[in-house]
Amino acid sequence: MSKEPILFKHLAVPDINKLGVYVENGGYEGLRKAVTDMKPEDVTKEVSDSGLRGRGGAGFPTGRKWSFIPKGVLPTYLVVNADESEPGAFKDRELMERNPHQLLEGVALSAYAIGCRLAFIYVRGEFLYIQEILDAALAEAYAGGYLGKNIFGSGYDIEIVVHRGAGAYICGEESALLDSLEGYRGFPRLRPPFPAVKGLYGQPTVINNVETLANVPHIVRHGSAWFRSYGTEKSPGTKICSISGPVQKPGNYELEMGTPFRVLLEEKAGGMLPGKTLKAYIPGGASAPMLPNRPEFIDVPITYEDYPAVGSTMGSASFILIPEDVCIIYAQLRISEFFAHESCGKCIPCREGTPWLMKTVRRIERGEGREDDLPLLLDICDNILGRSFCALGDFSTSNIVASIKYFYDEYEEHIRRRACPHISATAAVA
Amino acid sequence: MAVLTDDARRRIGEYAALYPAARSALLPALHVAQNELGWLPRDAMEEVAELLGLDWDQVEEVASFYTMYYKDPVGTYVLEVCKTVPCAYLGADDIIDYVSAKLGIQPGETTADGMFTLFRVECLAACHRAPVMQVNHRYYQNLTPERVDALIEAARQLQLQSAGAPGFAIRRTWSESVENAQ
Repeated sequence: MSKEPILFKHLAVPDINKLGVYVENGGYEGLRKAVTDMKPEDVTKEVSDSGLRGRGGAGFPTGRKWSFIPKGVLPTYLVVNADESEPGAFKDRELMERNPHQLLEGVALSAYAIGCRLAFIYVRGEFLYIQEILDAALAEAYAGGYLGKNIFGSGYDIEIVVHRGAGAYICGEESALLDSLEGYRGFPRLRPPFPAVKGLYGQPTVINNVETLANVPHIVRHGSAWFRSYGTEKSPGTKICSISGPVQKPGNYELEMGTPFRVLLEEKAGGMLPGKTLKAYIPGGASAPMLPNRPEFIDVPITYEDYPAVGSTMGSASFILIPEDVCIIYAQLRISEFFAHESCGKCIPCREGTPWLMKTVRRIERGEGREDDLPLLLDICDNILGRSFCALGDFSTSNIVASIKYFYDEYEEHIRRRACPHISATAAVA
Repeated sequence: MAVLTDDARRRIGEYAALYPAARSALLPALHVAQNELGWLPRDAMEEVAELLGLDWDQVEEVASFYTMYYKDPVGTYVLEVCKTVPCAYLGADDIIDYVSAKLGIQPGETTADGMFTLFRVECLAACHRAPVMQVNHRYYQNLTPERVDALIEAARQLQLQSAGAPGFAIRRTWSESVENAQ
């Protein structure tokens, strides 16, 4: 990135995870400024003006989300979605692991903006060590007076509780996350009422992603105009992009919004491993439709607006690369298995449809596919998409539709030859 | 019959006090109970229910929803290997086969000596360090057969040193005993 990174700026600073080092590097300055010098609505306005959008995948304007909180209905809650479970995504994990105070400051600032005094960070169950890191950082921040009662003598109190899930992708869906946090199965809730009106414990609630909130201290400190100097008109700021697959340097890279995917692939990740060529990639985790390796798809600028224009979505910017020697049906099977496993079972189209998709893809992959299996797959998708209770059902169809669209020949060949033409190639890779 | 220690009961009480509603402490309470016992027998769920003012079936329906709660006994060391994309084609399938052959168990099974359980699990948010697994919910990344050998050997050594200690006590010292490579 030509400009200075925002969220990863301090990654190279030793011990940035320690309170003292974080403070020496300007940490908690934004929070101090807000609670001593700004009204809560000023913080919301600054974030609205910055154009910050939800980094969990949906891209909803953050300031607008906060502005839906009704005035005078107390208590209000802020819940951080740290249930990072999308296949291909591992950015929130690194943000929390390496710079926990950046998130905590963002949580406190955002809580202040919506009048919340008790906030929750919902981390996925497998993030046991992340919970330990956050709890240690919280203890330091309480002891140092940066969080807790009457911070900076402002009269504002903020308490943060780290809550760990127990293995359920659906809990990344914000209303299911609330049910889980209340001690129930993670089932999505009917909307309306939206969480901003009736959320956690029936109270007004904002749910934001880790990366979204980690941006807030920087916006408050440096202003919305500064933030807008990064990125595009519709996608201001930077994005942490996770890239995985057979590349030289898989990992997280912070890029200015609008950077072409080609830069992430070739410059940041160092290109494909020797002997590997790119067949297709998924830009936004398993929920986002895959795109084949064609120049027009490799040069897509990474923004909320540019990926929909080519028939996919940036989502959480979790780029999964599929090499030429991997069978698309095999990759699709693992994706379909994922959604069948993670469907919560609340609504019929998703509960029945996702295993049906999985079984159909499985028999094609095994060389037992039937002639009408492709129309069948698309028909099942048609009966899930838009008919499920939440987006999980819709997501389960994205890559079925995209893989059939772009790799019809591979499916057709599996069915016609009654075998996987890649079987030896896949085995050699796996 | 009480199956949890006083310490576990106290910690569950502390969790309950953190939230505006005690039921919110159900997931943390089940983690505490499972850490003690290795899995969640009905006795433990009944005790958690009593501590949080719930009915047993309210606890059971939650415990049965989340994959990290074991409803059946598991080994002292639970090996959970990611099988989702991209791990699947970056060596995970080979690692699963390797562990399976080395320990003589299929995914979902426990070794006869009660030491190891193997599961294939969905994405662990470590795609850049594929292939990856968690052992007792600690990350082990960039796996190779040699690394798997070393982990299993370390587990066996720890077991020998802790002769006589119940499995759950070893489970709790695991994270301090074995290098947790990030």
